Amino acid sequence: MSKFKITCDEATTICDKSQYGKATLLEIIKLRFHFIKCKVCSLYTKQNTLMTRILKKNKNGHTLCSMSQEDKELMQKKMEEFKS
Amino acid sequence: MENVSNHTLNPDKWIELHADYLYNYTIVRVNKTEVSKDLVQETFFAGLKAMKNFEGKASERTWLIAILKRKIIDYYRKINSNKGKAEVRMNFYNDGENEGDWLEERVPQTWGSDADKNLESEELGNTINDCIGKLPEKYAVVFKMKTIQDFETEEICKELDITASNLWVIIHRARTQLRKCMEDNWFIK
Repeated sequence: MSKFKITCDEATTICDKSQYGKATLLEIIKLRFHFIKCKVCSLYTKQNTLMTRILKKNKNGHTLCSMSQEDKELMQKKMEEFKS
Repeated sequence: MENVSNHTLNPDKWIELHADYLYNYTIVRVNKTEVSKDLVQETFFAGLKAMKNFEGKASERTWLIAILKRKIIDYYRKINSNKGKAEVRMNFYNDGENEGDWLEERVPQTWGSDADKNLESEELGNTINDCIGKLPEKYAVVFKMKTIQDFETEEICKELDITASNLWVIIHRARTQLRKCMEDNWFIK
């Protein structure tokens, strides 16, 4: 049974891997086993999964920003210098 | 018959047409305005230098983005090679009989019952970006490549010259820190 015993550090690492679909079956079993005695990691997993959803949803929703006119003019000047 | 290519390059219009687009593309991945501007500038320079290699198969913008992508990866690699920068606060006991257990002050707290409502808003997006910005640079790079740019594990390992287990430790540290930051700044204010 000791093979299945993992620390919270290891459990949360497995949880993080599983957010990218990269945890192995054995790791998932170890994680589930860990949950029986550890409510904290169970909570972490729940919140981590929510974080994944938030990250996905807001990935493309980044506020659009543009460069200032000044920056662009400076850039244009450097381009001219570069060309000559 | 000759293959006619429709795309041409017109460097005089690059800044007007593409600067903002390239800048936005960069800032999402780099999070630093000054660095982003520099990378866009370097991309234009590299574009000028490589103009004769342009085959017209892709649009001007696609071609510039391809150059920019390389520039961003080069920047990531540079950060990754800066060794020995500020050590990170850990979330777990490092040694002793509690090794691997949660540090008391880092234990996740219960979030409000409406935590999973409204997962998409400008404010939430900004908060999470701020939290990513607070990660140590080295962690932020790996985390962003994996989570935002959806790189494969093998690709990141190759580009940054790290092992897969190394990568997962970094992702793990980034995510535990990010969770804590979101707890403090969003879920339990």
